[in-house]
Amino acid sequence: MKKIVMMYGLAAALSLCLAGCKGGASGGQSSNSSTSDAGAGKEASDELYVYNWGEYIDEDVITQFEEETGIRVIYDLFETNEEMYPIIEAGAVTYDVVCPSDYMIQKMVENDLLAEVNFDNVPNISQIDPAYMEMSTAFDPENKYSVPYCWGTVGILYNTKRLEELDVAPPTKWADLWDEKLSGEILMQDSVRDAFMVALKKDGFSMNSTDTGELEQARQALVDQKPLVQAYVIDQVRDKMIGGEAAVGVIYSGEMLYIQEEVANLGLDYTLEYVLPEEGTNLWLDCWVIPKNAKNKENAEKWMDFLCRPEIAKANFEYITYPTPNKGAFDLLDEELQNNKSVFPDIASLVNCEVFRYLGDEVDSVYNDLWKEVKSN
Amino acid sequence: MSKKLLAAPYLIWMAGFIIIPLALIVYYGLTTRDGIFTAANVVSIATPEHAKALWLSLWLSFLSTLICLVLAYPLAMILRNRGVGRGSFIVFIFILPMWMNFLLRTMAWQTLLEKNGVINGILSLLHLPNQNLINTAGAIILGMVYNFLPFMVLPIYNVLCKIDDDTINAARDLGANSLQTLLRIWFPLSVPGVISGITMVFVPALTTFVISNLLGGSKILLIGNVIEQEFTRGSNWHLGSGLSLVLMVFILISMAVIAKYDKNGEGSAF
Repeated sequence: MKKIVMMYGLAAALSLCLAGCKGGASGGQSSNSSTSDAGAGKEASDELYVYNWGEYIDEDVITQFEEETGIRVIYDLFETNEEMYPIIEAGAVTYDVVCPSDYMIQKMVENDLLAEVNFDNVPNISQIDPAYMEMSTAFDPENKYSVPYCWGTVGILYNTKRLEELDVAPPTKWADLWDEKLSGEILMQDSVRDAFMVALKKDGFSMNSTDTGELEQARQALVDQKPLVQAYVIDQVRDKMIGGEAAVGVIYSGEMLYIQEEVANLGLDYTLEYVLPEEGTNLWLDCWVIPKNAKNKENAEKWMDFLCRPEIAKANFEYITYPTPNKGAFDLLDEELQNNKSVFPDIASLVNCEVFRYLGDEVDSVYNDLWKEVKSN
Repeated sequence: MSKKLLAAPYLIWMAGFIIIPLALIVYYGLTTRDGIFTAANVVSIATPEHAKALWLSLWLSFLSTLICLVLAYPLAMILRNRGVGRGSFIVFIFILPMWMNFLLRTMAWQTLLEKNGVINGILSLLHLPNQNLINTAGAIILGMVYNFLPFMVLPIYNVLCKIDDDTINAARDLGANSLQTLLRIWFPLSVPGVISGITMVFVPALTTFVISNLLGGSKILLIGNVIEQEFTRGSNWHLGSGLSLVLMVFILISMAVIAKYDKNGEGSAF
């Protein structure tokens, strides 16, 4: 009898071990690891595993998609591209459609993780402004893998009143973030590539630089800047700036609409302005892609097509407030919004901008090491 | 027999959620991306950035443990001498905030310490100069002390409660003054609780990354932050695991210390 119990325990431990290995590789997304295999046996699948950024879709759109197509959407979230990548790579959880950023799409293409989209099933791709299809050739040269979803820039948000108090002129370029009068008033982005983008662009280098000398100079610049920085944050830039905590902050353009509304709602006695630095900045594009191991590829294409519909894209734009590359949706917007340069900058003002490119694992780790040096300094 | 069957869930639990994850950490920590054995991930603790982060973590955790001890010991003495009824009510009040989410409480400190936060608001109301409180090492220590103080109070309180009044009275009868009673009776008898409290504060303080992120503005890099970043930003689980192994050594040391001084488990918190 004793032996039987031991066997029971061992068998259970073993099965858990297998599940554990799988779950371990999938980075804690185990909630779906068991269910994801469930659809495999069925003939016509009615499921769709979506992996998206947090707060990056109007939830009603999902419901509408489910009602219209009868496909059940299983919706998971990630916070950073880097967090998403190993999960797709390990393949323990098979997502059907994922929404990474430009450089990460390039990395996934290079590592053969993506399936080509059958654009016959995505007729609404014609709604996407050709300019953005052109933009996405930077990471998807033949427009084979990706369907643009949102785009934007990174710029400087500043508090006009606070700058007056500090006797500092409104910033126009990245180099203004090294002004000593702004000590303790600067919010920087807490992510490697964004932080280095600021430092590299300031000195006129490419933000995709792999040159050791340039990177070293950028590292030194960030170390020099650190005493002036109040905090390295990501999402909190928005709330801290609205709260008047800092005079300037590096921020994603998509937050502007929310910020402008919030400043108006709260009746604050200061205004927050957004500027695209003249040295150029990061022009980013998030796109829907289909992983190679997707089990419901056709459903994924239906999803892509659905999201490209002008009225759906408009609903998403109104929720997310990040600029949409969808020409049809743009035409549906109020004229005032169309002319809001903080939200939809002129293409002409983007001359010096670049799109992030994947630089290879080795260069990535060089960036990471340099960033750690900045942070630990 | 049936007792053993009852133990099976725990066996599975321990295997699935303790032993296997630990084994995975060891596996990741000692291999490269290509699955080849390497010690490089562990050795990389010696690089200046990692070593600095580790020292800073050790130093800040040491300080907050010390502050917790200094605050907790007198409090535990007072609570014990209050007798069961009122003492345990105060202990209850002490545990109450722990029912709220740890993250929320830390974020509340953010609101308190911010430039335009509550504390500076009160200061400017009193026409006092504003203080730069948040995003400093001090704010991190404050966060640690605030979050972990109950873990120091409870074990010490438990041990003190078990000391018989007669022991104390005997000491007084034999002519010991208050200081002598404290140093030669109270303190030696409460060592298991103190040790247990120290470990329960030191270990989480050493490994935290949330407190340093929220109250340090990510400007102060602790070893916990380095590990977290390797997992979430750097996509380098191998390096993250290797550094976790190094951190585990410190945790094992603390556990060994506890095992040595707290043989009967007297100082356990609950």
